[in-house]
Amino acid sequence: MARIEFRNIAKRFGDVEVIPGMDLDIADGEFVALLGPSGCGKSTSLLILAGIYLPSGGDLLFDGHVVNDVEAKDRNVGIVFQSYALYPHMTVRDNIMFPLRFKKTPRDEAIRRVNDAAALVQVGELLDRKPSELSGGQQQRVALARALVKQPQLLLLDEPLSNLDATLRLSMRTEIKSLQDELGVTTILVTHDQIEATTMADRIICMRAGRIEQIGTPDDLYDRPSSLFVAGFIGSPPINLVHGAAANNTVDVAGVPFPADGANGSITVGLRPEHLVFAEAGLPGRIAQIEPMGREVLYVVSTDIGYVRVLEQGSVAGHAAGEKVQIGFDPAKSLVFDATTEKLIDGAHVRPPA
Amino acid sequence: MSAIADDLRRERAGPGRQRNRRRANFVIFLGPAIVLTILFFVIPVIIDVVVSFTDMGRSLQITGFTTEQYEKIFGGDRRLVQVIGLTLLYVFATLAIFNLTFALVLALVTTATNRMTGNFFRGVWLLPRMSPSVLYILLWVWVINPSEFGLLNQILMSVLGLETPIDPLNEAPVMLIIIANGFIGASMGMIIFTSAIRAIPEHLFHAARVDGAGSMAIIRHITLPALRWPISFVTIYQTLSLLVSFEYILLLTEGGPFYDTTVYALYIFRRAFDTGQYAYGAALAVFIIALGVFFALLGWRFFDMQKLLQRPRIEVQ
Ligand SMILES: Nc1ncnc2c1ncn2[C@@H]1O[C@H](COP(=O)(O)OP(=O)(O)O)[C@@H](O)[C@H]1O
Ligand SMILES: [Mg+2]
Repeated sequence: MARIEFRNIAKRFGDVEVIPGMDLDIADGEFVALLGPSGCGKSTSLLILAGIYLPSGGDLLFDGHVVNDVEAKDRNVGIVFQSYALYPHMTVRDNIMFPLRFKKTPRDEAIRRVNDAAALVQVGELLDRKPSELSGGQQQRVALARALVKQPQLLLLDEPLSNLDATLRLSMRTEIKSLQDELGVTTILVTHDQIEATTMADRIICMRAGRIEQIGTPDDLYDRPSSLFVAGFIGSPPINLVHGAAANNTVDVAGVPFPADGANGSITVGLRPEHLVFAEAGLPGRIAQIEPMGREVLYVVSTDIGYVRVLEQGSVAGHAAGEKVQIGFDPAKSLVFDATTEKLIDGAHVRPPA
Repeated sequence: MSAIADDLRRERAGPGRQRNRRRANFVIFLGPAIVLTILFFVIPVIIDVVVSFTDMGRSLQITGFTTEQYEKIFGGDRRLVQVIGLTLLYVFATLAIFNLTFALVLALVTTATNRMTGNFFRGVWLLPRMSPSVLYILLWVWVINPSEFGLLNQILMSVLGLETPIDPLNEAPVMLIIIANGFIGASMGMIIFTSAIRAIPEHLFHAARVDGAGSMAIIRHITLPALRWPISFVTIYQTLSLLVSFEYILLLTEGGPFYDTTVYALYIFRRAFDTGQYAYGAALAVFIIALGVFFALLGWRFFDMQKLLQRPRIEVQ
């Protein structure tokens, strides 16, 4: 198992700077998620870790040793690609055994380890098939077995669940998580799905255009998003964001005055739908739309500051479309961002209009 | 979208019009190919077979039908054995050394290097194929010129310090025709293998490297398995074309010295047009036609050439 450090790692492809300079520490045995929209450099970071790409600048350290010049084949990293990248002409058995060929593993032991790895991800019955004869979920398991069979010091997963259907994705999420717990291998999961990241990872690294926007536990990112980008990226249904002008302890949002603390100038207020409640007093509005979401109901409320999403617990809608409501919230849970820098303003809050 | 609209329109137009239209399509699309095949394959083959059963000679006159040409092939012509042996050597060596191995090495090297360099190099390698045969052979004639002014001799004498110039045309004629053909033959395999290598998903190479494979292991376990089909195709196609084409040999050595570089196809040519044994040449040609058809069918079955007609397997760029 390994402790990973990025020291000002940069990556350019020709003139295109994909990663300008990244610093990162990942503890031994940690499960982190690299979260960000498509094209932000997540896969590139993984390929740098795997030794496929050389960083254009900076140092990569495994357990305190610079590994910039260590070739991919000598890094002992397991990787599951988004497309699985199983070798098409080899059977499942040969696919899983492939990494062991180059480790001079004795044949008996190799066979035993292949069987163990296959059993671990439950593909023991499929060993004689070709990848083309497998379903997406089975291919994914085989790819995982191939990554695990060499007992890697670092496991890299590049959007491993994105090609699976919803149910399978849910069960694989739990399986991968418990597998990681069991093996204790340092794991980096790349995903653009915030739910995947928040449910699986100990820590989330939120990336945007090659830069790290915020690092923290899922709760950190959810409760105290450092920027508008993170606030918008984490949470489902998405956070309500409204612009306003703050002065004299009041934020003016489209003519509606919200009492505020610690805010000044042009700001953006963030209110999570699940933190909003229907109350006796507050922001008045009318329910425009109701979306039952299983255990919760999402209301879209038409107000003077625009449409506001309100999430209520319970499987049955307690309100009807067209109903007049007042929206309230706990001021401590409101988020205030500087509209220009898009950064969170610490200690600033808004209160519902009286 | 428009295909569906077309289908609908056709359906509405009724079965009669549809049939007519299909017939028209058949004539339009297959017509030219059928006409060409009949004109340049079926008719010549029939004429050839007919002539092979005559005694047509230098005077081009036929006095009667006979099987003597075939008797000569199976008994009377001692040179034929040597010609067939040479043909096998020539086809096998050119194919194995150049059209496959060398082409593969070229494809591997040019895809492994920088893309621009690779493209440039492949472009240069294709030039002789795009230029007229006569020009290509003229270059060879200059290269192997037996005086000290030939390129090869200049190199051998000034760089390697050879005392007297060598004369490959007389000293190693078979090697010469193999090399001359191979240099040009390799370009086809190179192009096909290159496209096939490019078509391998990059993730497979990444996965293999992470799994611990070095360059040779990657070639062996990832690249070559993906080239199975292109290799089969090039083998069958080039075997056929090496069997029947002889223009480079004719231009370079004229089949000589004596009959040393006269492969089967050239032997037919020389028998018919040098010595005027037209009927005998026609009889010899019957066998190469049969061999050609046999190889084509074999390739069709064995290498699954039907797949070539179904969907593109290679991307030529
Ligand atoms: N080999 C490459 N050559 C040039 N540009 C690349 C290459 N790989 C990735 N990129 C570019 O780098 C950016 C980040 O890519 P990637 O790391 O794959 O994003 P992600 O995995 O986050 O979706 C993209 O804009 C992509 O076009
Ligand atoms: Mg990616």
